[in-house]
Amino acid sequence: MPHETTPLQVRGVNIQMRRAGKGEKVLFLHGAGGVMVWLPFFEQLAQKYEVLVPDHPAFGGSDDPDRIRHVPDLAFFYLDLMEQLGLDRVHVIGNSLGGWLASEIAIRDDSRIASLTLLAPAGIRVKGVETGDNFIWGPEESIRNIYFDQAIAERLIAMPLDDAANDLILKNRFAAAKYGWKPRWFNPDLEKWLHRIQVPTHVVWGADDKLFPASYAARWAECIPGAKSTVIPQCGHLPHAEKPAVVLEQFDAFVAASAK
Amino acid sequence: MKFVAFHLMPYRPLDLEAAAKYRSAWVVLPNSFYDPEKGAEEYEQYIDFLASAEDLGFYAIGVNEHHSTAYGMMPAPNLIAAALTQRTKRAKIAVLGRALPIHDTPLVIAEEYAMLDNLSKGRLIAGFVRGIGAEYHHTGANPYFSHHRFHEAHDLIIQAWTKTGPFPFEGEHYNYRYVNCWPRPYQRPHPPVWIPSQGSTETVVWAAHPDRKYPFLVTFAAAELVQRYHNTYKEQARKYGYEASGDQLGWATPIYVADTDEQAMAEAGRAAETLFNNFLPMPWEMLLPPGYTSMESMKNHFRLRTSLGSRPRTQSAADLVKNGVALIGSVETVKRKIAEMKERTGFNLLVAMCQFGTMPTDLAQRNIQRFAAEVMPHFKE
Repeated sequence: MPHETTPLQVRGVNIQMRRAGKGEKVLFLHGAGGVMVWLPFFEQLAQKYEVLVPDHPAFGGSDDPDRIRHVPDLAFFYLDLMEQLGLDRVHVIGNSLGGWLASEIAIRDDSRIASLTLLAPAGIRVKGVETGDNFIWGPEESIRNIYFDQAIAERLIAMPLDDAANDLILKNRFAAAKYGWKPRWFNPDLEKWLHRIQVPTHVVWGADDKLFPASYAARWAECIPGAKSTVIPQCGHLPHAEKPAVVLEQFDAFVAASAK
Repeated sequence: MKFVAFHLMPYRPLDLEAAAKYRSAWVVLPNSFYDPEKGAEEYEQYIDFLASAEDLGFYAIGVNEHHSTAYGMMPAPNLIAAALTQRTKRAKIAVLGRALPIHDTPLVIAEEYAMLDNLSKGRLIAGFVRGIGAEYHHTGANPYFSHHRFHEAHDLIIQAWTKTGPFPFEGEHYNYRYVNCWPRPYQRPHPPVWIPSQGSTETVVWAAHPDRKYPFLVTFAAAELVQRYHNTYKEQARKYGYEASGDQLGWATPIYVADTDEQAMAEAGRAAETLFNNFLPMPWEMLLPPGYTSMESMKNHFRLRTSLGSRPRTQSAADLVKNGVALIGSVETVKRKIAEMKERTGFNLLVAMCQFGTMPTDLAQRNIQRFAAEVMPHFKE
């Protein structure tokens, strides 16, 4: 299914947003690596849903306004964006930074959100649990640490990158630092408000996540009332990229169950 | 020419072979490699070495700030500077410099510098830097905001030194209800500010501004790059409508002099290799964290750099000398290379690192004495 890139301006900020498909709306909030390509996961999701994949401010093809400085700023920006697009009963999926962002949005206002699927979200810190440092990892080391399946990692490492791709990687890396460097990948004020999330929430984690270990899933499930958690075996930090079929099946089932 | 005797205070007893198994001698090298008894001995020898520079005729004695590394044992350079104020009478004390953005309380830096200026009766040269990339890993400060924080902290410190307090400081990153710097600096309007840099364009443009005209010191770069950065500064000054003086252009480099080029290499070549291959290297993720320089500068860095950071740890002393990263040779050779750079850029500040890497104290002493006696007089003003 072809995706289109629609120009979008929200309160003076130009946003690049890809969209595809028809059906109930799904807002996908990407992680620190941005959206380098239209993933098979989006393709499959778009068979059944209308999929919206914006580049967050500072990432990809979007502007980097000074006034958006941290993830809580991003969350308010997204409330503006959702209002402008008239999103209502939207299913939100967020991975890593995007999962953190999704929960920051939801603690502020979850009235437009039908369900929340958090794929290995950043945003909280569980004391005493060792996490990875993606800012000190080299580019190849990062890819190897992010995927469980090393065959995928080797394929990605072998892929040639042109100047445009390299520039995009650099821009996304700058953006990742802006939001995630300090405090490292969490907001000390998030966890204490997670009880405000009242929509059906599913926390999904790769069992072999080397950035944020799967034991984080339990803490998230404790903090969000009624949240379900699922750990996917033989899967790294990007469940939707590494196990798209499993995540899709889980998502469909969760959406169906939440509708009841 | 003004000569600065500068020291990094490397931890020489480092087990180089064992340390090489780590990502870098910065941030991640376990501090179990540091033996306090050996380290204390290092401090003593290094402070003696620096204090001796005054009687050798150096204009200034320089120290600097680095954290969590065997490369330099001065996370708090002002402590060494304070010791030096009590061991010297005439030489300037140059802190090259304090890393402003990585600290959350820059007002403390204004206060400490003001104290040093008083302790030395007006001999402080106040260096401001942003800290090397690794320092953003060490402190956790966000490199994305490094430039903003640097400028804001700088403005705060200058105001603290020059405006009557108490007054409020209203910034984006730093906010104070009461700025009221006790003691005030000894020098009027404030101690001279120098800017050591690895050459980022943004820093040149900022330092050369007519409101500041801060001396710009290029550190650890190939001679060709030193020339390029000096010329960039001069061009920038012309754009601002003035001619930069030699006293605004500095070059910081390891120096070793002996009877012949061969003897100098035999005595100091290995030490230079340890500096560049063991103490300094770090992967670019550590050297240039995202946002530390502008995206454009970061692309330039990768194209231009030949002497720092993410390189194989195999730079030979011969290459370092050939590229002009280190000045190692006979008295005549070293004089000639300094004169050549003087000819090409008109620079007038030479920050001479006469001990580097694992160089033992006796060689370092002989080196600084010969440099002072046989090279410096040639460039006397």
